Amino acid sequence: MTARLAIHKLIDGRVDAARVQAFLAGRSFPIVEGTSVTFVWVGHADNVQLRHWIYGLESSNALVRVAGTDLWHLTLEIPHNSRVEYKYEIHRGGHSGWIEDPLNPNRARDPFGANSVLQSEGYEDPTWTNPDPVTRPGVLEPFVFDSNALGRRTGQLYLPARFRRSRQYPLLVVHDGSDYLKYAGMKTVLDNLIHRLEIPDMIVAFTDSPDRLQEYANDERHARYLTEELVPDLAKRFPLYDQAQARCIMGASFGAVAAMSTAYRFPGFWGRLLVQSGSFAFTDIGKRNRRGPLFDRVVEFVNQYRAQPRAVSERVFVSCGVYESLIYENRSMVPLLSATGMEVRFVEARDGHNWENWRDRLREGMSWLMPGPLMFIYE
Amino acid sequence: MTKPPSPAVVLLGAQRFDPSLGAAVSELGVTGRIATITAGWQEREDEDEELSAHLGGRTVNLRLHARGDELFREDPALRDAHRERQASLRHRQDFYRIRLEHELEADRMIRGRAAPPEILAEQVQASLDGIRELDQWHLGLCARIRTEFEARWDLANRPSIVRHRRELAEALAGCDAVAIAGGHVATLVNRLVLFGVAELVQHHTVFAWSAGAMAISDRVVLFHDSPPQGPGASEILDAGIGLIPGVVVLPEPERRLHLDRKDRVQRLVRRFEPATCLALPARSRITWRDGVFSSAHDVLQLRPSGRAVPFGVRPRRVSWS
Repeated sequence: MTARLAIHKLIDGRVDAARVQAFLAGRSFPIVEGTSVTFVWVGHADNVQLRHWIYGLESSNALVRVAGTDLWHLTLEIPHNSRVEYKYEIHRGGHSGWIEDPLNPNRARDPFGANSVLQSEGYEDPTWTNPDPVTRPGVLEPFVFDSNALGRRTGQLYLPARFRRSRQYPLLVVHDGSDYLKYAGMKTVLDNLIHRLEIPDMIVAFTDSPDRLQEYANDERHARYLTEELVPDLAKRFPLYDQAQARCIMGASFGAVAAMSTAYRFPGFWGRLLVQSGSFAFTDIGKRNRRGPLFDRVVEFVNQYRAQPRAVSERVFVSCGVYESLIYENRSMVPLLSATGMEVRFVEARDGHNWENWRDRLREGMSWLMPGPLMFIYE
Repeated sequence: MTKPPSPAVVLLGAQRFDPSLGAAVSELGVTGRIATITAGWQEREDEDEELSAHLGGRTVNLRLHARGDELFREDPALRDAHRERQASLRHRQDFYRIRLEHELEADRMIRGRAAPPEILAEQVQASLDGIRELDQWHLGLCARIRTEFEARWDLANRPSIVRHRRELAEALAGCDAVAIAGGHVATLVNRLVLFGVAELVQHHTVFAWSAGAMAISDRVVLFHDSPPQGPGASEILDAGIGLIPGVVVLPEPERRLHLDRKDRVQRLVRRFEPATCLALPARSRITWRDGVFSSAHDVLQLRPSGRAVPFGVRPRRVSWS
């Protein structure tokens, strides 16, 4: 027999302000009871909608007000191990606005602000995403690079703790570097995974673009900047391994397209490729794509790749959230990539198109692409 | 005339948090100076204050890691060639790993199939034979690359190396024993081989723990049952310096091995038969002399039955399925 949900226990009876207060007290929201998740908002409104980014569910779901109270609620079935970012859309007096859930302190930030986060049963923030006092931190140094291809570029360089010029290091180049640092906590992740020996000491170039939609959409200049300008410059200034398997390029969304197209334009140079929720839009016939003109050049590139797939790297890690529409594009890329002889690993997660999804997959991706010395160190 | 007994080799578990080295040294009556090798700690080789204090301050660090750096500074041609060889070994290790993962996956799939028992047993054995053959092939390849390198660069007579070996011999002459610490096992093996340590310590009592114990065996097996990726595939790194032949040393079993997984233990043991697989938890130790083990404290032997039993406990009869 299914246990009655907390919200049903409340509303199956006379509800007054005192009972609402008792219901709210000491409870975490949203209320997670198995796969049933109850969203709750309290306040005066004409209408309250749950806005989330789960592809496959209605993007807007109305909360129901408990008669005679200010309490609004909605119960959805959310699978275990899910992470869902959401907001409430409040309609009042002919106006409306989106707000974070005041009853839920759990937030995820992104370039557009912040969202509330539902963690369904089974999901936990990975321990390696949180600062660890025993971890020796690496350092971040800003860099400015005058590119012949693209003009002045900025970014940040990560040097691992105990960096030594007498050693050699692999290199990781990250698209949307500042966002990965700010919203995916990537410095903490690097510090922790290096400390745990799961990835090697490495140098990481966090690169940024002032016009990512243009430059990340299979732009030849961008590929040239990274491959023929930035890497050689870094190799002059830092002791880098000069081997493809010690060079990894990564990105998410359009950044994943940029990583893929850069590797495509310089096959064999980037021995490791990490693409997260790649915007690998394509058409099976014709050139019109449902995502709009921003994707035209991406579609052109992906169509070309799909027509003649070829090995561009040695090892490719692909991840995507099952709650994002791009899951179909990413799933369909995997057999194409594998058929070229590249080693491919594909990981799906019950999450959306967001930075914490990308953060949570970093351990799997990086430690597979560039395993650390865990197997070599026996203290 | 009776041949005097060979010096003892003592294998120990991890020493980092609760060292038992001092007890082992006392048990063997070593009272003189002890040469230490901490090259597995790489650039932190000289941060050995705790080790030295634990041994009563009577240590002489042989500085093999720093010596390696000095050697390569003095002899850049050798440095470049060595670096090239290491890159070549890494390449080979990568390819070996690719093959190995496929062999192990085939083995896993075969074990999961329903088939008449005799066919399954035959096919499981064939998988195992394939894995063992691959291991041997890789080991042989590494040995060949090393031998060719040593011959091409005449390491035995190369002045830059001979000088260091002479200094090491002099340092060892004043010591009764050698203590080899853990750390990065590949780095450690490299330095031990580069400076010909096997030959230099043949008249010394040797204490070795964790990676140090692995490095003095004749076959270094890298292992971890729960790495961040996949189920964890043990792999051969290379030969060690062979002070204790026929033993696979498995330190830190507490966090690296699923000793409760009989299938995994069984596969590991059968893969490296007839070698003895010894798991060395923290505070464990065992003494080896003239091919015979004695004085085992908390050492576990992995048995073909898939059990890990205290060393010395007679195994129960098992049958293969």
